[in-house]
Amino acid sequence: MAQVPMEHGLYVAGLLFCLGLLGVLVRRDLLFVLMSIEIMLNAAGMAFVVAGAGWQQPDGQIMFIFILTMAAAEVAIGLALIVQFHHHFKTLDADAARRMRG
Amino acid sequence: MILVWMIALPLLVGIVAWIAARKSDGLSRWIALAGLLVEFAIVLRLWVDHPIRMLTPGHSSWLVELKLAWIPQLGISFHLALDGLSLLLVALAVFLAIACVLCSWTEIQERVGFFHFILLATLAGIIGIFLAMDLILFFVFWEAMLVPMYVMIAIWGHENKYYAALKFFLFTQAGGLLMLAAILGLYFVHGKATGTYTFDYEQLMAASIPARTAMWLMLGFFAAFAVKLPAVPFHTWLPDAHTEAPTAGSVILAGLLLKTGGYGLIRFLWPLFPGATAAFAPVAMTLGVIGIFYGALLAFAQTDLKRLVAYSSISHMGFVLLGVFAWNELAMQGAVVQMLCHGVSTGALFIIVGQLHERIHTRQLPRMRGFWETAPRMGAIALFFALASLGLPGLGNFVGEFLVLFGAYAAAPGMAIAAAIGIIFATVYSLWLMYRAFFGPRNDVVQFADLDLRESILLAAMIAVIVWVGLFPQRALDTAGPTLRALEPHAVRSTGATAEHPGLAEVSPPDWMGMVKFPGQDRAR
Amino acid sequence: MFELLWLIPALPLAGFIVLALLGGVLAKRAVALVGAGSVGAAAIVSMGAAVEFISAPPPANSVTQVLWAWMEVGLLRPHVALYLDALSVTIVLVVTVVGFLILLYSAEFMGDDESYARFFAYMDLFVGSMLILVLADNLLFLYLGWEGVGLCSYLLIGFWYKERENSRAAMKAFIVTRVGDVGLAVGLFFIFSSLGTLHIQDVMHRAAQEWAVGSTAAMLAAALLLCGAVGKSAQVPLQTWLPDAMAGPTPVSALIHAATMVTAGVYLIARTNGLFSLAPAVQSVVALIGVATLLLGGLSALAQRDIKRVLAYSTMSQIGYMFLALGVGAWSAAIFHFATHAFFKALLFLGAGSVLLATDEQRDMTKLGGLRADMPYTFWTFVVGASSLAALPLVTAGFYSKDMMLWNAWTSPMGSPWLWLGGALGALITGLYAFRMVFLTFLGERKTAVIRRPGLVMYVPMGILAALSIFSGFLETPGWLGGMDYLSPFLGTALPGLPHPSMQPAMEFFLQGLTSLLCVSGVLAAYFLFVSRPDVPERIAASKSGAWFREFWFFGWGFDRAYELIVVKPFVWIALVNRDDVVDSVFTELARVNEALYSDLSETQTGKLRNYAFGMAAGAALAIGIMVLL
Repeated sequence: MAQVPMEHGLYVAGLLFCLGLLGVLVRRDLLFVLMSIEIMLNAAGMAFVVAGAGWQQPDGQIMFIFILTMAAAEVAIGLALIVQFHHHFKTLDADAARRMRG
Repeated sequence: MILVWMIALPLLVGIVAWIAARKSDGLSRWIALAGLLVEFAIVLRLWVDHPIRMLTPGHSSWLVELKLAWIPQLGISFHLALDGLSLLLVALAVFLAIACVLCSWTEIQERVGFFHFILLATLAGIIGIFLAMDLILFFVFWEAMLVPMYVMIAIWGHENKYYAALKFFLFTQAGGLLMLAAILGLYFVHGKATGTYTFDYEQLMAASIPARTAMWLMLGFFAAFAVKLPAVPFHTWLPDAHTEAPTAGSVILAGLLLKTGGYGLIRFLWPLFPGATAAFAPVAMTLGVIGIFYGALLAFAQTDLKRLVAYSSISHMGFVLLGVFAWNELAMQGAVVQMLCHGVSTGALFIIVGQLHERIHTRQLPRMRGFWETAPRMGAIALFFALASLGLPGLGNFVGEFLVLFGAYAAAPGMAIAAAIGIIFATVYSLWLMYRAFFGPRNDVVQFADLDLRESILLAAMIAVIVWVGLFPQRALDTAGPTLRALEPHAVRSTGATAEHPGLAEVSPPDWMGMVKFPGQDRAR
Repeated sequence: MFELLWLIPALPLAGFIVLALLGGVLAKRAVALVGAGSVGAAAIVSMGAAVEFISAPPPANSVTQVLWAWMEVGLLRPHVALYLDALSVTIVLVVTVVGFLILLYSAEFMGDDESYARFFAYMDLFVGSMLILVLADNLLFLYLGWEGVGLCSYLLIGFWYKERENSRAAMKAFIVTRVGDVGLAVGLFFIFSSLGTLHIQDVMHRAAQEWAVGSTAAMLAAALLLCGAVGKSAQVPLQTWLPDAMAGPTPVSALIHAATMVTAGVYLIARTNGLFSLAPAVQSVVALIGVATLLLGGLSALAQRDIKRVLAYSTMSQIGYMFLALGVGAWSAAIFHFATHAFFKALLFLGAGSVLLATDEQRDMTKLGGLRADMPYTFWTFVVGASSLAALPLVTAGFYSKDMMLWNAWTSPMGSPWLWLGGALGALITGLYAFRMVFLTFLGERKTAVIRRPGLVMYVPMGILAALSIFSGFLETPGWLGGMDYLSPFLGTALPGLPHPSMQPAMEFFLQGLTSLLCVSGVLAAYFLFVSRPDVPERIAASKSGAWFREFWFFGWGFDRAYELIVVKPFVWIALVNRDDVVDSVFTELARVNEALYSDLSETQTGKLRNYAFGMAAGAALAIGIMVLL
C-alpha cells in the first residue's frame, strides 16, 4: 500500500488548526467559538495520530485518546458556561462580555 | 541574648498594647510607655555596664555580640552586635519612641492599640537596623521597618496621607532594591574571589574588589542611604511624608528613619568600599552642601509649619552627609552628634507643631501670630529649639555642626566654607518661624491653653538632652569614638592636600589607630 | 580670689536660670533683686579679682581657670576655661559695673512692664554671655559667648514682640551679625587646621613662629576674624542693623548696643592682636574701616530726628574711632576709649530713657524741647555725657581717650596724617551732633508735656556714670597735662605697646590744641545753628542739595536699600518661586509618564475574548516563526 506521506497528513492537520483558529477569532457566537476550538483540538489530535503512524509508535494514538477525553470534558464545561452566559447576557455574542476591559 | 531582647521587647510590648486596647485605650498607652521605659533602662544599663574600651588594632570593638547560624548554606547568619555607635543611636531611638508615645497621648484617638503596635514595630525594625551585622539581616530589618511606617502615615495621617505614604514607600523601596542588588553583587564578587560565600559584615570588610565593580556596588548602597538621609535630589518624599504623618510619625521619620541613612553611610559605605567611596566623596560632599542650602531656602519659603520643619531636616542632614564623606575623626564625630541632636531638636519641633495643630487645627503660618502671649511656655520652648536648629553654641547641634565643619575644612576647605555660609540660611528660617508664629500682635481669634504637665515634662527632657550634649558632649564622643577610629583606617586617604596644608597631617595622620600619640597632641589645647 | 573666677560669669547665668524657671511666680521686687543682684555680685567678685590682680600680679600676668574639658576629638580640645589678664580684667570690670548700674536703672524704668521677669532674665543671660566672651581662653568658647550675646541682643531688641517692627529689627540684627560670624567661624576652621589649636595665647604664639609678617596665612586669619568683628561692632559694611536695634527698651540699648556687646569686635581684635600684627595690610584695613565708619556714622547722626537713632549712629562712629586706634596698633588707646565710651554712652542712653519715660516714648527730637526746666537732673547729666562724647577739652574723659587715639593715629608707625585728619574731622561732627541733640531736646520751647519724673533708683546710676564720664579720663593724660599713665602700663602686660613717638612735644601740644578747637567749634556751631539761628538749618535743608544730603544721611547712606535690592529681594524671590520645589517636579513627571504609559497599555485590555485569543495566536505564531527562522 502506497503510504500517504507524513507531510501531507500534517499539512491537513495544520490547515484544520488554522481553520479552527480563524473560527475562534472571527465568530462572535460562542457556540461556534466552542465548535472551532473542538476543530483545533481535533487538528492537534490528528497531528499526533499522523506522527504516531509515521514513526510507527503507539504514543500518538495514546495522546489522541487523552485529547478526546479532554475535549469531552472541555465541551461539558464550555457548554455549561455558555448556558450560564446566555442566562446572564441574554445573548451568545462573545463581545457582550467585556466588563473586564482596562 | 540581650540584643535579641532589645528587638523583641518592643514587638512583644506592642502586641500586648494592641490587645490591651480592647479593654481601654489608656491601658494601652500606659503599657507602651512602661515597656519603652524598661527598654530605655536596658539601654542605659548597657551603656553604664560596658565601659567603652579604647580600641587596640585587631581587637573587636563590639560591646555585645550574638552570632547564630541562620541559613548557613548561603552564608547568612543571624549576627547582631552592639558597639558605641549603635548604642548611641539605639538610645536615641528608644528615647524618641518614648517621646512619640507621650506626644500621641491625646492626639491619637482612633485604633489606639494598633497605633502602639505599629509604633513599637517600627522601633523594633530600627533597632534591628542598628544592630544587624549581616547584610541580609540588615536588609530584612531595613524593609521590615518600612511597612509599619507606611501604615502609620496611611492610617493616622492628615489630608493627603495616601499620596504621601505611597511616595515614601516607593522612594525608599527603590533605594532598597538597589541596595539589595549591591548586596548580592558584593556577595558574589567576594565569594568568587575568596571561595567563601558570606553575607557577614566583618568578613566582607576585607573584600578586595576591582575598582569599577566597587564603584557600582558602592553606588547601590549609596542610593539607599541617600534616599533615607535624604540627600538632594532624592529628598522630595520627605516633606510630603513628614507633613502628612501624625506627630509621632514625623518624630520617628525625622528622628530615626533619617538616621538609618547616616548610620548606613558610616557603617557600610566607607568600610566596604574605601577606594570607591573616596573617589566619590567630592560628589557626595557637594550634594551635602547643596542640601544645606536647598533645604534651608525651601524651608524659608514654606507656609505650612510642618513642611518648614521638614525642609530644615534636609538642610541639617546635609551636614551629616558632608561630615561622613569628609571621613576624618572630627567630621565623623560631628556627623554622629549632629544625628543625635537633630533627632531630638527636630523631633521636638515636630511635637510643638503637633501640639499647635491639636489646639488650633491648622498648620498654616499666615494664620498664626502672637502666640507668645497666648502660650508663653510653648513660645519659649519653641524658641529654644529654633535656636538649637540654627546652631547656637552651647546647644548640641552646634557641637555637631562645628565638628563637621572643622573636619570638613581639613578635607575640603571650599566645602566647609560653603557649608558655613549655610548657617546664615538656617538663621533666616528659624527666626522666620518664630517671627510668624509667636511674635506679633495678640491673636484674638484663636485662644488656646498653654502646655500642660505631660507636654512640659516631655519637652523639658528634650531640652535637657540638647543642653547636655551642648555643654558636655564628651560622654557621647567617647562612646562613638572607638568605633569611628576603628572604621577610619578603612578609608584610603587622598593625601594630596597634606602637602599644601602642613597642619592637616596633624589633624588626621594616616596611621591614626587607637591610642597612637602624635607630635603636637601634648601642646594642643 | 582667682579661684572664684568662675563665679563672674556663673552668677549672672544663675540669675538667668532662676528667673527663667521661677520668673512667673516671683514678685517684681524679688525679680529685680535676683536680676540686678546677681550682676552686682559678679561686679563685686570682679572688683576683688581686679584688686588682687593689681596688688599681687599673678605669674606671667595671667590666670587660667579650667572648668571642664568641653570636647576632645583628636587635636581639637577646647576647654571651658577662663583666662584673666590685664585686658580681660579691664573689660570685665566695665561690663559688670556698667551692667549693674543699668540693671539697677531698669528696675525702675521697666517697672510697669508686664514681662518684667523676662526682661531681667534676658539681661542676666546677656551679661553672663558677655563675660564668657571676654574671659574665654580659647576661640571656640569665645565664640559661644559671642553668639550668646548676639542671641540676647536679638531677644532684647524684639523684647516688645507685639510690634511687628521690633521683631523685624531683631531678626535683622541677628542675621546681619551672623553674616560676619560666618567669617569668624571660617577663621576658626582656618586657624585650627593650620596651627592645630584654638587656645588664644597658643594661637598667637605659634602664628608668630610659623607665619612670616605679611604672609598669606596670617592675612587670611586676620581678615576672617575681622569679618566677625565688623559684624558685631556695626562697622562698614555691616553697620545697618544697629540703628534699627534701637527698637529695644532703652536700658538694652544702653547696655548692649552702646556699652558692651557692640564693642566685642574691638575686644576680639585687641585679644588677637598678635595675628593682626602679622598682617599689616589687614590692620590698615581695620583703620580704614574705622575712619569710614566714624565719618559715615557721624554724618548720619546729624540728620536723625529720633534721639535714640542719633545715639546709635554715634555709637557706630565712636567704635569707628576704636577701630582706627586698633588699626594703627594703639591697642591700649582703643581699650581706654572703650571704657570711657561705655560710661558716657550708657549715661546718654539712660538720660534718653528718662526723657522717653517722661514724655511717653516721644523719640522725635523736633517734638521735644525745653525739658531743661522740668528735668534739671537729667539735663545736667545728659550734658556731661554729651560733653564727654564731644570730647570737650580738659574736663571730660572722652577728651583724653579720643586725644590719645588721634595722637597715635598720626604718630604710630602704621599711622598717617590722613587718618588723623579723618578722625579730627569726625571730632568736629561729633561736637555738632552731640549738642544738636542736647539743644533740641532740652532747650527751646517745650512741645511735649512731662508726665513722669524718674525716681532715685534711676538717678543714682546716672549720677555714678556721670562721675565716671568725667573722672575716668584722668587715668591717662598727655605729657603736658601731668602725664598720668595708669592704664597703658597696666594693659601693657597683655597688649603690646607702641614705640615712643619721635614727634616734638610742641607738635603734640599743637595737634591737641587743634583737635580741641575742632571739638569746641562743633559745639559752638551747634549752638549757633540750633539755638540762636534755628532758621539756618531749615534753610539748608530746604535747598536742593541740602535736602538730598539730609535724605541720604537720614537713611544711613542708602546701605539698607542697597542690601534690600541686592540680597533680600533676590533671596525672597528665589524662595517664593521655588516654593514647590522644582526637584519634586522631576519625580512628579516620572510618576506622570508612568501613569500615561500604564493607561495607554491598559487600552489593549479590551475585555473582548477574541482579541485576547488573537493575541495568543499571534504570539505563538511569532514564537514559532522565530524558532523556525533562526
